[in-house]
Amino acid sequence: MYDFTYSKPSSLADAVAALAGDDQAKALAGGQTFIPVLKQRLNNPSVVVDLAGLGLSFITVTGESVTIGATTTHAAVAASKDVRNAIPALAALAGGIGDNQVRNRGTIGGSLANNDPSACYPAAALALGATIKTSKREIAADDYFQGMFTTALEPDELIVSVSFPIPAKAAYVKFKNPASRYAMVGVFVAKGPKGVRVAVTGAGQGGVHRHSAAEAALAANWSADSVAGITVPADALNSDIHASAEYRAHLVQVVTKRAVIAAG
Amino acid sequence: MPQVTLTVNGKTSTVTVEGRTLLVELLREKLSLTGTHVGCDTSQCGACVVHVNGNSVKSCTMLALQAEGAEVTTIEGLAAADGTLHPMQEMFRENHALQCGFCTPGMVMSAIDLVQKNPQGLSQDEIRHGLEGNLCRCTGYHNIVKAIDAAQPLLHAKAAE
Repeated sequence: MYDFTYSKPSSLADAVAALAGDDQAKALAGGQTFIPVLKQRLNNPSVVVDLAGLGLSFITVTGESVTIGATTTHAAVAASKDVRNAIPALAALAGGIGDNQVRNRGTIGGSLANNDPSACYPAAALALGATIKTSKREIAADDYFQGMFTTALEPDELIVSVSFPIPAKAAYVKFKNPASRYAMVGVFVAKGPKGVRVAVTGAGQGGVHRHSAAEAALAANWSADSVAGITVPADALNSDIHASAEYRAHLVQVVTKRAVIAAG
Repeated sequence: MPQVTLTVNGKTSTVTVEGRTLLVELLREKLSLTGTHVGCDTSQCGACVVHVNGNSVKSCTMLALQAEGAEVTTIEGLAAADGTLHPMQEMFRENHALQCGFCTPGMVMSAIDLVQKNPQGLSQDEIRHGLEGNLCRCTGYHNIVKAIDAAQPLLHAKAAE
């Protein structure tokens, strides 16, 4: 790892200023992706700005939404009785990321800012129609995800919190890579205030994306049968050592059906 | 050079580190607590698991400076001063839950956190899933799971004291 200056600001304004004043400065949340990236010398930041002192670890649940602060760990979301009651699919998703030790450090803001094409949280944010509140503005999930490892965030813009509208029904089913527990294909289905939405992670070359054919079928008839026959083309899906694009296309079909069954 | 002050196994230390110093490097190289191992160095194997403020974490994937003010417990901090083993260590010993022993410190630290966070008790299947972050290359999982299962009532009784 290249050396860097470590800084731990105690206010959002100071954190933003540290990033805005230096284009080689990088934000650190839970570090479960960023520290491995630093170890591989894939990044050489001048300053690492630790966000742990900003007071952004919180969960607020109202009748309409679940709002989670950016530095809230996956373990905290998974264990939250309020989240489990309001959106059980979201708590279950958080409890299935990585392993216990990764969940004790990794954060929702870090996951969404990184937008790994196999990460779980982007599927929840997109399917539930979440709003990402940043240090500058509020961004709808539909505008936020802009391709693999790419988001609407500007270099000096930090996620503050994420609000998920509470759905009537939702489920996330992940076909896990058995070693990393990343999604080879993960599908989040939701029927709620933002309509019927289906988001697919782990499969697309462009990262998380909506599955419009499944959405249309489920809007007409919410049942496993209505999506059982929907195939997706392999062209825009990933091929890697874990699975071919054709296999992933098949998994999207199967996992979507399983998610609808799980949602009930 | 930056400094970090943290409490490790009940003893508070102030240590000079670099920005890039990992928590496991601080423990092993600055405090000579070499019971915490570095296996894969890629946050997969769990040989480096320690407790930070009561939560198990991979100390190879945390900066030393992130532990400022933290309470850290390593494998060296488990046994009593007179050498009496922690019940989890004792159950590992009794159930022959180690072969080469390399993964053992991380396994024990992960197992304690797992059992303590699940006072309702875990099935052997749930224990196996709870150990997803720890690899044993001797593949000695069967006795590790047995040991953790046997330690559950002991740890829960200890917590109720």
